[in-house]
Amino acid sequence: MTSERHSLEMKRIVKQFGSVLANDHVDFDCKPGEVHALLGENGAGKSTIMCMLSGVYRPTSGEIRIHGREVKIRSPKEAAKLGIGMVFQNFRLVQTLTAAENIVLGEKSSFWRGPGWMKRKQEEIAAIAEHFGLTFPVNRPIWQLSVGEQQRVEIVKTLYRGAEFIILDEPTSVLTPGEAEQLFQTLEQMKKEGKTVILTTHKMKEVMSVADRISVMRKGRMIHTIDKQDTNEKELAKLMVGKEVDAMQREIQPPISEQGRVLLDVSHLDVQGDHGRLALNDLSLQVRAGEIVGVAGVAGNGQKELAEVLNGLIPWKRGSIVFNGREFKNASVRGAIEAGISHVPENRMKSGLAGSLGAVDNLLFKTYRTEERSKFGFLRSRANREWSKSLVEQFDVKTPGLDAPVRQLSGGNQQKLLFAREVNRQPLLMVAVHPTQGLDVGATDGVHRLLTGIRNEGKGVLLISEDLDEVMQLSDRILIIYGGRIVGEMSHEKADRETIGMYMAGIQETKEEAV
Amino acid sequence: MDFITQLLVAALSSGTPLLFATLGGILIERSGIIQLGAEGLMLMGAVVAAITFIHTGSLGLTLLAVVAIGAALGWVHSFLTVTLRTNQIVSGLAMTLFGTGLSAYIGKSITGIPIPRAVPKVNLDFLDGVPVLGPLFAHLDLLTWISFALVIAAHLFIHRTSWGLHLRALGDNPPTADVMGIPVQLFRYGCVIAGSMLIGLAGADMLLVYSPTWIEGMTAGRGWIAVALIIFARWNPLRAMFCAYFFGMMDTIGFKIQLIGSAIPSYFLKMIPYIVTILVLMYLGYRNRNKPSGSPEALGTPYIREQRF
Repeated sequence: MTSERHSLEMKRIVKQFGSVLANDHVDFDCKPGEVHALLGENGAGKSTIMCMLSGVYRPTSGEIRIHGREVKIRSPKEAAKLGIGMVFQNFRLVQTLTAAENIVLGEKSSFWRGPGWMKRKQEEIAAIAEHFGLTFPVNRPIWQLSVGEQQRVEIVKTLYRGAEFIILDEPTSVLTPGEAEQLFQTLEQMKKEGKTVILTTHKMKEVMSVADRISVMRKGRMIHTIDKQDTNEKELAKLMVGKEVDAMQREIQPPISEQGRVLLDVSHLDVQGDHGRLALNDLSLQVRAGEIVGVAGVAGNGQKELAEVLNGLIPWKRGSIVFNGREFKNASVRGAIEAGISHVPENRMKSGLAGSLGAVDNLLFKTYRTEERSKFGFLRSRANREWSKSLVEQFDVKTPGLDAPVRQLSGGNQQKLLFAREVNRQPLLMVAVHPTQGLDVGATDGVHRLLTGIRNEGKGVLLISEDLDEVMQLSDRILIIYGGRIVGEMSHEKADRETIGMYMAGIQETKEEAV
Repeated sequence: MDFITQLLVAALSSGTPLLFATLGGILIERSGIIQLGAEGLMLMGAVVAAITFIHTGSLGLTLLAVVAIGAALGWVHSFLTVTLRTNQIVSGLAMTLFGTGLSAYIGKSITGIPIPRAVPKVNLDFLDGVPVLGPLFAHLDLLTWISFALVIAAHLFIHRTSWGLHLRALGDNPPTADVMGIPVQLFRYGCVIAGSMLIGLAGADMLLVYSPTWIEGMTAGRGWIAVALIIFARWNPLRAMFCAYFFGMMDTIGFKIQLIGSAIPSYFLKMIPYIVTILVLMYLGYRNRNKPSGSPEALGTPYIREQRF
């Protein structure tokens, strides 16, 4: 028997997915009433090990003990019985059901559920929510709630089911700084009630502000577990990445941009959104040659529509888009491509690459009409192969072969391939949406170099990203989007996190700021 | 009975098989499984009903046999789509082809034999005095009343019971349902089997009440209309009722026009329900072009638990 000091222990956990070793003999433990942060890069194996704790995956080998007793967690149901509740990064909520219905989902009691039963449950749920400072409209369908509210529904769901261990997977990735602050207060409250909170994250600041203990994972291995007061951000970063990151980042600090000519001039643009509201509402912005303009904001404030409208994917209702001195008359993807706009879409496998096709075909998508690539409507196969080969080499894409389905490539290599296609066209403007999402540090660095490279050649970059660090690091100018319009603008030098956060949350509405 | 009442009675009796089939289809598709086997299931239900009733003369045994054959075929469909995760469209089409062929084969010996009235009427004579709607409900048969009860039961089941909540979650987001401890695969089996029983009953109702003689291919595409009705009704049992009777009316209207005596060839009149199907689909498609279809989000996707995203 081990000491009761640890309420939860995982020992020598191994998880294998086919030939990939996602967790390699990982040890992990928690004490009652602590906030334990699990820190690591994307793909370090944090989510995998937490999924095993919550019964979504089963470990290949290893043991899990709860209060000293060995347990087998075969399903999420069993995990819930053991008092483990997990809030996934992609919420597990049924969009068409109400918040309350989602919370009582899977509950055994009472087959018949008349209005009286539901009402009692709603009150019960509202009481729990209020106790922990997590309020949301109990009786509305999920699709009408904001992302922050949805997360609260998820947390209340675990509490309602009596969870003792609450796992939060990257909880702040979807929140504004203000919402995150509120979440951290809730964590304090949960700690006071003796709950154990496990938090996976790759954000150093959060770790230092809320965690009591910190475990660092890298490449499927547990590197170190340490008390917060015994460490600092720098040491954690080193443990997490395995090398000094500082040097790498300095190198690509943007130079003071020379004021180039205006490449893109968007004014008073209105775009219809999905549910009848305006996704872009009187949005104006400019991108000059030789600058990176970063658009920061919380997801769902019009970023997607902005990228789409610039690339001719959706029409606009009002306003104008002038690119390179010519006004776009109507939405035309081909028009945008031929005018010289490149697009790195939000979801590379959904709208960037065709997963089952090889590198050659994927590289050809935007250039197959040109003289060098095809003749009389027939592709020049041999020339195209040579050309693809040189591009793959130039952009250092690691692929098993030019014809291997690109789905099999790692995220970083997919992104490199996509960039190869988009950069090779010598665009005047690059619209990049979340270009480093899901990439590791090395690949992220590569993407950042490519973007600054485009800028240094005197072209424009519109960088739309939720990663505030990335936006602040790369952009010559930062615009903040909220509710479909640009609510704030800052130069690189004057940017500060707190002000940007206020704009992102929609608290600060004034547009005049140091430019 | 005046013309309107006659038309309504005809709409009801021709719409009831459609209603059974649509309700069954809704139950199946709400769980996230596409149901395209209705035509085959209805034919199997009809032929089994004919054979059992001719040989035993017992309504109870007949309905039992029909429900059993529906359950058996439903099990096959769920085994293929839930356990083996085959393509649900292909599996459904296979059910239709299989049911059409098999029913024709086993029904050879009884083709054309008229079936005596099997389903008792529920006579409510006091309603006869009520104008228009009174005579409509005064002499309905038992199966029609059962179909009314099923509509209400299905509605309450979906919206007022824990299993109904499971069902709604399941069709929209199986991974979530799974995490919440709902046995996804088992539930899908249950829904497909129960729904297939109802579709089998649709065939039996058609044979025993609507056109009491077994003829090869007698459903004449009504299974497919039921598939369309699921979509028109937007997976809602109450709407399914109205849709089924509307199409039932379309089905009989040609016949009625013929009776009045019209120059339009009967073949064109028989096309009415199918043409209306196409027109209504076009209209709904146009009207709802900016709206979600109301279809269960996970319709057509098999669920596997341990999946890397």
